[in-house]
Amino acid sequence: MKNKTNVLPREGEAQPSRCPDNTAFKQQRLPAWKPQLTIASVLSSFFLTGAFCLTVGVCLVLSANSVREIQIDYSDKCSDCSKLRENSSNWNKECHCSVNFTLKENILGDVFMYYGLQNFYQNHRRYVISRSDAQLLGRNVNIQRSYCAPFSTYRNGTPMAPCGAIANSIFNDTINLFYNHNSSVIQVPLLKTGNSWWTDKNVKFRNPESYNLSSAFAGTARPPYWQKPVYLLDEEDERNNGYLNDDFIIWMRVSAFATFRNLYRRVRRVRHFTEGLPAGNYTFHISYNFPVTRFKGRKHVILSTVVWSGGSNPFLGIAYLVSGTAATLTGFVITGIHLKLRKKKTYFQRR
Amino acid sequence: MSVLETSSSWRTTSLWRETNMKVRQAIPVTAELGDTSQLARFDGEVVCEPPNNKLDKFGGTLYWKESKYPLSNQNMLLRGCVLRNTEWCFGLVIFAGPDTKLMQNSGRTKFKRTSIDRLMNTLVLWIFGFLVCMGVILAIGNAIWEHEVGVCFQIYLPWDEGVHSAFFSGFLSFWSYIIILNTVVPISLYVSVEVIRLGHSYFINWDKKMYCAKRRTPAEARTTTLNEELGQVEYIFSDKTGTLTQNIMVFSKCSVNGHSYGDVQDMLGHKAELGERPEPVDFSFNPLADPRFQFWDPSLLEAVKLGDLHVHEFFRLLSLCHTVMSEEKSEGELLYKAQSPDEGALVTAARNFGFVFRSRTPKTITVHELGQAITYQLLAILDFNNIRKRMSVIVRSPEGKIRLYCKGADTILLERLHPLNQDLSSITTDHLNEYAGEGLRTLVLAYKDLEESYYKDWSERLHRVGSAPEAREDHLARLYDEVEHDMMLLGATAIEDKLQQGVPETIAILTLANIKIWVLTGDKQETAVNIGYSCKMLTDDMTEVFVVTGHTVLEVREELRKAREKMMDASHSVCNGFYQEKLSSKLTSVLEAIAGEYALVINGHSLAHALEADMEVEFLETACACKAVICCRVTPLQKAQVVELVKKYKKAVTLAIGDGANDVSMIKTAHIGVGISGQEGIQAVLASDYSFSQFKFLQRLLLVHGRWSYLRMCKFLCYFFYKNFAFTMVHFWFGFFCGFSAQTVYDQYFITLYNIVYTSLPVLAMGVFDQDVPEQRSMEYPKLYEPGQLNLLFNKREFFICIAQGIYTSILMFFIPYGVFADATRDDGAQLADYQSFAVTVATSLVIVVSVQIGLDTGFWTAINHFFIWGSLAAYFAILFTMHSDGLFRMFPHQFRFVGNAQNTLAQPTVWLTIALTAVVCIVPVVAFRFLKLDLKPELSDTVRYTQLVRKKQKTQHRCMRHAGRVGSRRSGYAFSHQEGFGELIMSGKNMRLSSLALSSFAPRPSTSWIDTLRKKKGCEGSSAGSPSGTADKTLRV
Repeated sequence: MKNKTNVLPREGEAQPSRCPDNTAFKQQRLPAWKPQLTIASVLSSFFLTGAFCLTVGVCLVLSANSVREIQIDYSDKCSDCSKLRENSSNWNKECHCSVNFTLKENILGDVFMYYGLQNFYQNHRRYVISRSDAQLLGRNVNIQRSYCAPFSTYRNGTPMAPCGAIANSIFNDTINLFYNHNSSVIQVPLLKTGNSWWTDKNVKFRNPESYNLSSAFAGTARPPYWQKPVYLLDEEDERNNGYLNDDFIIWMRVSAFATFRNLYRRVRRVRHFTEGLPAGNYTFHISYNFPVTRFKGRKHVILSTVVWSGGSNPFLGIAYLVSGTAATLTGFVITGIHLKLRKKKTYFQRR
Repeated sequence: MSVLETSSSWRTTSLWRETNMKVRQAIPVTAELGDTSQLARFDGEVVCEPPNNKLDKFGGTLYWKESKYPLSNQNMLLRGCVLRNTEWCFGLVIFAGPDTKLMQNSGRTKFKRTSIDRLMNTLVLWIFGFLVCMGVILAIGNAIWEHEVGVCFQIYLPWDEGVHSAFFSGFLSFWSYIIILNTVVPISLYVSVEVIRLGHSYFINWDKKMYCAKRRTPAEARTTTLNEELGQVEYIFSDKTGTLTQNIMVFSKCSVNGHSYGDVQDMLGHKAELGERPEPVDFSFNPLADPRFQFWDPSLLEAVKLGDLHVHEFFRLLSLCHTVMSEEKSEGELLYKAQSPDEGALVTAARNFGFVFRSRTPKTITVHELGQAITYQLLAILDFNNIRKRMSVIVRSPEGKIRLYCKGADTILLERLHPLNQDLSSITTDHLNEYAGEGLRTLVLAYKDLEESYYKDWSERLHRVGSAPEAREDHLARLYDEVEHDMMLLGATAIEDKLQQGVPETIAILTLANIKIWVLTGDKQETAVNIGYSCKMLTDDMTEVFVVTGHTVLEVREELRKAREKMMDASHSVCNGFYQEKLSSKLTSVLEAIAGEYALVINGHSLAHALEADMEVEFLETACACKAVICCRVTPLQKAQVVELVKKYKKAVTLAIGDGANDVSMIKTAHIGVGISGQEGIQAVLASDYSFSQFKFLQRLLLVHGRWSYLRMCKFLCYFFYKNFAFTMVHFWFGFFCGFSAQTVYDQYFITLYNIVYTSLPVLAMGVFDQDVPEQRSMEYPKLYEPGQLNLLFNKREFFICIAQGIYTSILMFFIPYGVFADATRDDGAQLADYQSFAVTVATSLVIVVSVQIGLDTGFWTAINHFFIWGSLAAYFAILFTMHSDGLFRMFPHQFRFVGNAQNTLAQPTVWLTIALTAVVCIVPVVAFRFLKLDLKPELSDTVRYTQLVRKKQKTQHRCMRHAGRVGSRRSGYAFSHQEGFGELIMSGKNMRLSSLALSSFAPRPSTSWIDTLRKKKGCEGSSAGSPSGTADKTLRV
């Protein structure tokens, strides 16, 4: 016994203490914020959310209402052309048609011109991946290894530039707008550059390096559905040609849905059009190249202005109004239920 | 397992730590071998039964020197026994390792999994089925789309090579969608769950409040897979000795001549409350006192010193009437070898109060009475047995007076008192009731003066009976009966079977938490019942305590049936109106609706019948209707069977707690095994899932760690399923808009990182750190434990709610941006609805919504939670802008084609308004529902967080409960862990050393040997069936 009592404390000194550390972390006593759903916090959050949503909703609806928009479906209006285009052997035949419309009021501010497509599945998986970003970056890459197939090379081995289904199916109608002013027809001046994202134009798309564009694209061929090679997309403006062509860049930014609109032109605010588009009769002159009837699609041309929240966008405003109302109503319902319940509680307590 | 070869003095072993001991001895031929050189030459051969799990049987034969010697259980030492009162022994190992009887009893090791694990596996299978369903729907959609629309679209997008029909395209699309939507099957779930459990295990290991400073052992979670099941326990199966009790008996109170001693008193003489104990009584006047003995009431010692005759006689009885052996190594250093610790405690008490039992021979007992050595002549020991429940000695004092001293159960002894004692008897009975109410083990002491002539006559008759071989037992009993009556009452003793610290409180709290506690012990019935009372499992308020002791199937069945009938009768009388309806419903439901508290005590031999296949359901129904169940004299295997039974029929989580090798089987069988790491070896700890050194830590393990663990795991799982569904289902909706082409909504990097980086850490932090109520509250309100038992926080219903919430979120997540983007343009006139912008918008709103959701779910925002939640959001934006940067695109144009997207899209107010709207619409209904649930149907944990009012109420309840034990009771506190046979052993002198034998004139007793008697008696008791061997007569002698 005596021996043992002598040995024990020595052992205790030798062994490291097995007692756990008394730290807040190990003892689960970390200081913490313990939020609770109290009637005050819940109700105030509901009413605040409701107020916020209603305010935003009202602003959105008001601003969306101030947007002027004209949308014209021209897929049927040019029925001759659409029939012509149904046969792909007529690809090189030109076809023009015109669509008239009248503006009853002036459209003030910047006016944007869009083409809209319906039922065109730009978001199809095989479509989305059918491109070569390296090629579009001006690099000399083997597009056989990209997902461009079957639009990568011709049978003789000539690569397509640009390759892929997206590029091949580019929207290639030409739309011009004419203003019928006092029996004279004035072409509305339209800007075709500056419509794409800065990053797309300056980072994502680059032409191959060479002394001129046609030599840069030497050894490549246009995609099958194109009427002209890529280096002739805009012969007037060197910086809008080749892969850097704005129409091309915008087309290459595929849409999330089968119905979409892409920015085509902006009205240049000069002469008659400094304030926007004055009221009057207008005509779209369309060079009809893009067939849509084959896939039961529709084509539109749209004129629209924008505000801070973008173009005409009634959904967001209405959604905000609805959810704001719902939140506020829920707030009231909760208040009611809570008050009723509190009476019950006191009843139980008295018992 | 070994056969003894030789040994010293008398050796008894306590197998599976019953408080009483058993005698084991070597067979005579080998016992004579003597020294080691002869032993080394021993070349016998043992032929024996194959390894089995029967602890009380052994059959074998030793072949040695061309003769056969039978080997029985009497010659065996089983693995797990402790040798007491034995200095050395030599043995032969017969079975080792897994072949030993103990290990055969320990059952098979099973792989333990939690119920949540099993549920999780089912759910994952369901989710997988759901995934396949989605795949099929989308594949059919794809086939139809390709057939109706895709065909026309072929000029722009021809089918892939090899795809010739819409049907085949649909088939391919099915596999594409299985790949895309696979995130709905939470693969990272299993890893995260394990990480969380590991964290919880560390918290258990680190808990300072579960560290026992005395034994220097912290709690240890030995498995990391069962933590949340700790929050769902419904049945606890506890060992008694070493788990509930310390196996230390303490003389705590006594009643002498109508005066009760032993209450702890403060200065003014009032009963002092626990915790404010004064100094213990100083025994320094007595050089022979045992320094470890403590007594708190000085008035008893004063009475001894003042020469109170009753008190003197009281202690004289204690120092004379027993079967303890003393050993005096050096002068004054006494060592008592008691057969049962109760006796040891009594003799030690007498020793400290100045009546020191010094030594004994077969014919004398030497006692130092207040420093004066007096030798009494020991005339007879009227031995203890379970029927008599008493023992007596007849001694002749030096003055020549013959006196009988008797101690025994109150129920027996109070009937045999002299009528003169009536007044004293009623006072003593009050004291006994008080002691019994405190859970103390009581014995009543009495004496009787015998006339010389009467004794002579009596002893002659005894002699005659003793020598007559037939019906010796009955004759003896009748003779004993005759002399032990008309006795004078001396008083009563109360011994405390020292409980482990905090046991009654722990049991009370666990009971309040609706956990049913069953005690499974190898100990005797009285002892077990007494412990049941002292740790408040059984209370006097209970309507009835059923005791099942039947030896046959029919008896047991009858007893169980009666118990059930009684319980049902009671409930019928309480709610008579429902009688008819109840009859038609199932028996179980009737039993569960029983009014009143019942308890069941069942003996091992009855349990063996009750556990048979045709009765087990009956037994279980009866037992489960009772509030407390105590099974005594059960074997380790029976312990496991009981656990198995409950596991089988009650879909409840069971926990077994024990400290010895005999508990291993039940620890392994139960869902959760807890080992008490203490003095008694480490087998239990090795087999256990959790170990700590004090029973009281169990409440913390269950109510704090288990509860939190369950809560956290459930919250974690709910959120995890939610976030994966919200994330993945967006693809499904998008499928309807992209021609079912398996186009993903998000950037590939977002899909990769969503589960790993953006959403994993906040939910892990919640899973590890969340607390709904502080730990003190879970102890104060044990009811908080109930949701776990009822499995309320995560079940199939909760799962579907989470899934529904996830799908709801995904719908909003897709359709709100869809509605906004459909015809929208940017504020600079350009197109807004390009695929990449849409992807970024949906991804951003998803990350924000799930972050807000985890913020709502997190109830305990530590710095770590803050860091992870805000950090995840920051990481999302940082990674987003990096992935969309110019530099990465220039390096890998094919991989990072989202270049410039983040800055262009997130600069749009419309996009932010869309994200905000999505977040509001996803979160606001959740908040509303949660608040209404909180307001209308608050959980207890919610209430606890809000109100302090309820808390005060419950506290007073607690206080009432603590005092309830003091109320007088009408039951016997008798419990004595003693075995018969030792009186005879002492009188024969066979257990005495030669030195002491030499002092006495040793008269050999005629006829049968003591060991034979011992065996016969044990045979009757049913604990041993070893037939007495013929060679036993020539027992060993040292």
